[in-house]
Amino acid sequence: MGEPPVNASLPPSAETEAPIRVVLAKLGFDGHDRGLKVVARTLRDAGMEVIYLGLRQTTDSIVAACEQEDADVIGLSMHNAGHLTLAPRMVQAVDQAGLDVPVVIGGIVPADDVPTLTDSGVAAVIGPGASAEEVVSAVKASVSRQAASQ
Amino acid sequence: MVESMSGIPLDPFYGNELQPGEYPYTRGLHPSGYRSKLWTMRMFAGFGTANDTNARFHALLRAGGTGLSTAFDMPTLMGRDSDHEWAMGEVGRAGVAVDTLADMEDLFAGIDLGKVTTSMTINGPAAICMAMYIAVAEKNGVGRADLGGTIQNDILKEYQAQKEYIFPPRPSVRLVTDLIRFTTAEMPRWHPVSVSGYHIREAGSTAAQELAFTLANGFAYVEAAVASGLDVDEFAPRLSFFFNAHSDFFEEIGKYRAARRIWATWMKDRYGAANPRSLMCRFHTQTAGVSLTAQQPENNIARVAIQALSAVLGGTQSLHTDSYDEALALPTEKAARIALRTQQIVAHETGAASVVDPLGGASFVEWITDEMERQATEIFNHIDQRGNGAMLEGVYACIEDGYFVGEIADAAYRYEREVNAGRRIIVGVNEFTEGDDEETSLLSISHETEELQLKRLAQVRGDRDDDAVRASLAALIEAAGQPDANLMPPMIDAVRTYATEGEIVAALETVFGTYVETAVV
Repeated sequence: MGEPPVNASLPPSAETEAPIRVVLAKLGFDGHDRGLKVVARTLRDAGMEVIYLGLRQTTDSIVAACEQEDADVIGLSMHNAGHLTLAPRMVQAVDQAGLDVPVVIGGIVPADDVPTLTDSGVAAVIGPGASAEEVVSAVKASVSRQAASQ
Repeated sequence: MVESMSGIPLDPFYGNELQPGEYPYTRGLHPSGYRSKLWTMRMFAGFGTANDTNARFHALLRAGGTGLSTAFDMPTLMGRDSDHEWAMGEVGRAGVAVDTLADMEDLFAGIDLGKVTTSMTINGPAAICMAMYIAVAEKNGVGRADLGGTIQNDILKEYQAQKEYIFPPRPSVRLVTDLIRFTTAEMPRWHPVSVSGYHIREAGSTAAQELAFTLANGFAYVEAAVASGLDVDEFAPRLSFFFNAHSDFFEEIGKYRAARRIWATWMKDRYGAANPRSLMCRFHTQTAGVSLTAQQPENNIARVAIQALSAVLGGTQSLHTDSYDEALALPTEKAARIALRTQQIVAHETGAASVVDPLGGASFVEWITDEMERQATEIFNHIDQRGNGAMLEGVYACIEDGYFVGEIADAAYRYEREVNAGRRIIVGVNEFTEGDDEETSLLSISHETEELQLKRLAQVRGDRDDDAVRASLAALIEAAGQPDANLMPPMIDAVRTYATEGEIVAALETVFGTYVETAVV
């Protein structure tokens, strides 16, 4: 299952380096996609190439999209209170596929859960009310940290 | 006699032109307003197992709540069982898990379903849930004709905003009309559809879009029910609506007033309804979840109070007030109690319930009411044209071409950019941000919930008569293949065999297919 990806990328900005390629998705049944769509446009406006998978994705469909699209980072939006189960599974699936792609989480995530998520390998957690700059810089930072660790 | 706090006697309403209770009901449905009946304080609740939610229901009733409202978890809302491969991590998390009739029995244990009214917020599998509720009540000796309440059963807005669809639009609308036909014949106290703008607004629409898309969906259901052979006055008196109470106080009040006026005029002029009750837009309101901030969460108590007041001044029939901690998690019992107390303060301390439509006649309120209607009419014209003069076909066409999701996403992004640029101030988020250092204690759902629910489901599957389940599902599939058959009776038979929700959905998918959205950014 899963829905066909929409390549919503704009031409790369005038920056010299290649634009960051980000896969955006929601895992499982959760249908709240307002935040993910706003993030898609925010990252696109910041010059990134957005591969918007949208709703009802699985860890497999996200990994496949990352491989196919040569993605630099995965953005997962979670509003189902299932983040403690689902986010670590996503990180594991990325590791098992041998990909070097950080996983960034956004949505309804209580502050108490953030250390558990980062311990399990989640690169960044972006909470409700984050500004566009905070979203863009969290994604950029997770990509450069990943590049530096290679 | 009703008096102000200082002892001034008050009339039920003021103003000499259009009066409350007069067509087109801009000023309210009844001349005596909340004097004869306060709104229903209906608090939405659901988490964990059916037993957990049952305990919360009992607590809300003890605290003076006057109706129940059930939140289901995501797998249940999507028509899948707790042991579905995608359900892991979502069972009992954002609502209560219901797989079989056994869960529904636990959910309403110790509650007299002939006395309370119940609202069930579910759409794709609404018919299954309704069948379970009827089966539980009848098992406890309460006949279906005595059941009062509402099932949301508004599938069209799922394709537009909330995205909890299962089947494609046309067979889904058939399920909606089956439920309308069934309740019309057998359940006079039940509201078979709550046409909902709430989720459209939460997904990012403007107030006028919320108003227009919702009423367009309402017109679409009217056309579908009439096409199924009902007379408009047979079912229209039991249609109801559900709106969002967002933070722009007067705009919201204008929205509710415009909703009553538009519904009444369309039902009379376009659909030929004659019964005054068919013309009345009755609605539930919920304060805007999306307006709650995770920063300085106690500030949300003030937001909710102001939003609740707009709903009351707008004449809502029932109200849910959000809890201050809901930008962080499902509400704690304390937070839910404060939210209910907020309604009680509006009802009993402010005087807002003393006079009907107290803002009617104010220049700005009348102007914004007209403006809401004008903007909505432009949208109706677009949908009507797309449907070549039929709103139902127009709504289908606008789902297919991405009109609704595109409009909503554009509005959401515009709003976000305004907040981001500081053109719109959100207190505690982009202004007045100092002082956010206190911890809020949150509800956490036990990790045992999923395990308990899976055990429960396995036990039910083990104890039931599998031959009876298979036979009931075969009968359901056969009925689904006949467009004129009503699916409610075979659905009730199926839930009584303890067929699971997922099994019933899978059976229907063999006939109806499964909807897949084309993603639009």
